[in-house]
Amino acid sequence: MNKKQKQTLIRIIVSAVLTVALLFVPVSGVWQLLLFLVPYLVIGYDILIKAAKGIKNLQPFDECFLMAIATIGAFVLAVLGEGHYVEAVAVMLFYQIGEWFQRYAVGRSRRSISELMDIRPDYANIEKDGTLEQVDPEEVEAGSVIVVKPGEKIPIDGVIIEGESVLNTSALTGESLPKDVMTGDEVISGCINMTGLLRIRTTKAFEESTVSKILDLVENASSRKSKSENFISRFARVYTPAVVGCALALAVLPPLIMMLFGQEAHWITWLYRALTFLVISCPCALVISIPLSFFAGIGGASREGVLVKGSNCLETLSKVKCLVFDKTGTLTQGTFAVTVIHPGQVDENTLLHLAAHVERYSSHPIAVSLREAYPNEHDDCLVTDIQEKAGHGISANINGSVVCVGNEKMMQSAGAVIERCPHPHSGTVIHVAKDGQYLGHIEIADVLKPTARTAIEQLHRLGIRRTVMLTGDHAKAAQAVAEALEIDEVYSGLLPEQKVQQIEQLMADHPTETVAFAGDGINDAPVLTRADLGIAMGALGSDAAIEAADVVLMDDDPLKIARAIQMARHCMKIVKENIWFSIGIKVLCLILGAFGLANMWIAIFADVGVMVIAVLNAIRAMMGKKRIKNNE
Amino acid sequence: MKKTYKIDVDCANCANKMELAAKKTEGVKDATVNFMTLKMTVEFEEGADPQTVMQQVIKNCKKVESDCEIFLK
Repeated sequence: MNKKQKQTLIRIIVSAVLTVALLFVPVSGVWQLLLFLVPYLVIGYDILIKAAKGIKNLQPFDECFLMAIATIGAFVLAVLGEGHYVEAVAVMLFYQIGEWFQRYAVGRSRRSISELMDIRPDYANIEKDGTLEQVDPEEVEAGSVIVVKPGEKIPIDGVIIEGESVLNTSALTGESLPKDVMTGDEVISGCINMTGLLRIRTTKAFEESTVSKILDLVENASSRKSKSENFISRFARVYTPAVVGCALALAVLPPLIMMLFGQEAHWITWLYRALTFLVISCPCALVISIPLSFFAGIGGASREGVLVKGSNCLETLSKVKCLVFDKTGTLTQGTFAVTVIHPGQVDENTLLHLAAHVERYSSHPIAVSLREAYPNEHDDCLVTDIQEKAGHGISANINGSVVCVGNEKMMQSAGAVIERCPHPHSGTVIHVAKDGQYLGHIEIADVLKPTARTAIEQLHRLGIRRTVMLTGDHAKAAQAVAEALEIDEVYSGLLPEQKVQQIEQLMADHPTETVAFAGDGINDAPVLTRADLGIAMGALGSDAAIEAADVVLMDDDPLKIARAIQMARHCMKIVKENIWFSIGIKVLCLILGAFGLANMWIAIFADVGVMVIAVLNAIRAMMGKKRIKNNE
Repeated sequence: MKKTYKIDVDCANCANKMELAAKKTEGVKDATVNFMTLKMTVEFEEGADPQTVMQQVIKNCKKVESDCEIFLK
């Protein structure tokens, strides 16, 4: 609560106590009017001043002006014997309570969201003459060496030059599993150093670092307004003048018509009804609850490592019907690993052992994955005479025998006869021969992410009509992945620009469906931009992807896509509830008011009560997490 | 050219009014007011001087909402 809010709160309490007390004071006539004016002025003097300023600036539909007219009108009616002074004071009092509550709620959610994104580092440690000095991260140039002590946030992106530690990345990714790092590893700002002292050579300036990029993105997120928000601000612009016009008509027309037909005019009754109209005319509930819902929704999502670039993106995300994936790096790990070992004459371990020896010095991805599959490759075997035959494979002398590892051509030149394997292969097949005799083969393929299958399943359960995979990989590999994951459509062998064409084709085929593309963002930037909604995965550190995408998933877990959609839908549901609820209650009260069925108290509820309920409902959008867990 | 300014305003509808007033100001190509983050982003027309344009924006905003504040840093 700031000072202004405290003052208002005190005024509300004083005025409320006075008003209630006055109900028990047995006075009437002018004295009663004067006494009730005291709490009225206590609570409403600023509104009256603002109303006067509004008139001076020719802004007649200012809500302060409306409140002033409504309450002064109520006083006039009370003087004339219709209604009570209490009503006039109550309208102002409840209006102020509503305003106060709204400010309080907005302030609270502003703060809680900035706490969620509490990743901004306050300082960086620089070593100078043996002592550590704390400086503003913005002053640290790229290429400087900074020191990060255990418990501190890494302030700037860089590479570790000394030390090893465990990093907590949960503030960035929502992932609670800590990450081990050591000398030579790249680290990103915003992670918390948990155990060891790290010396880091910065690779970027602070403004270019991950933390700044993310904060920038989140802080500017709600500037991109959604259709619902635009609808509401247009609605508010028309609504208030329309209701004021109706109020005016209500005060003047019916009595005039009555007079024409020679009946009693009932000026006072119609004036009272017109005043209730004015009280209902304030569009606060709508105007505050919709952006607040989006703000809370975006904030809640960013807590889980899902950055949504604007309310409009959240809206699109909730409508996605067709999800297109990139294969490598999105559904698969993007790194090769040994998936199948089919030995002929020897056992699996021996086959892998020999292959790993031959590939000892090669830096080819295949060699790396072979060595990874057989970690203790450096044993006492004698490996000599390693020869690489481009386009064929590698041969070496191991303990006196010549071992050849490579493709079919390599086997031919080694004089080995390949034994046909009955199983289909989707990856790259590596054959092994020893002294011209065929030993067997090893398949190396990109492995699926462990959560990929569940992710697709969840998306289908969420009502995503089509899942499509685009890949530059060959058809066989693509088919194998698609079958394993039960993806509906596959397009393989695509160059990056063909991916864009394919997305356009998909969008043209079903023009009403919202198409989202999820990719790892490294070479997918054009596709991310072209799709109705671009989702970049594991985008930490990839500026191009953050730039091009609408939704950025901080880690590369495909499960987060389904979760992001759920959160977006949850938020949109709240937005719709608020729109219908606020407009519905207001219109209902207006109709009741016109027929004289709603008094001033109901009008106050339609104004303040609805706003309080809508604001509380909006804050629910922040608590997306629990709800989603329950759904699973 | 785009610039972002911190603002202070109490109600969401007033923020909408400020946005409208800023948009109508001469030299302003587009403007958005974000009530939740209390920021105003102004895109200036080619060749317009942000300083002088912003003075006018403040004046126009004050007209529609006397209680608002725009901080020009």
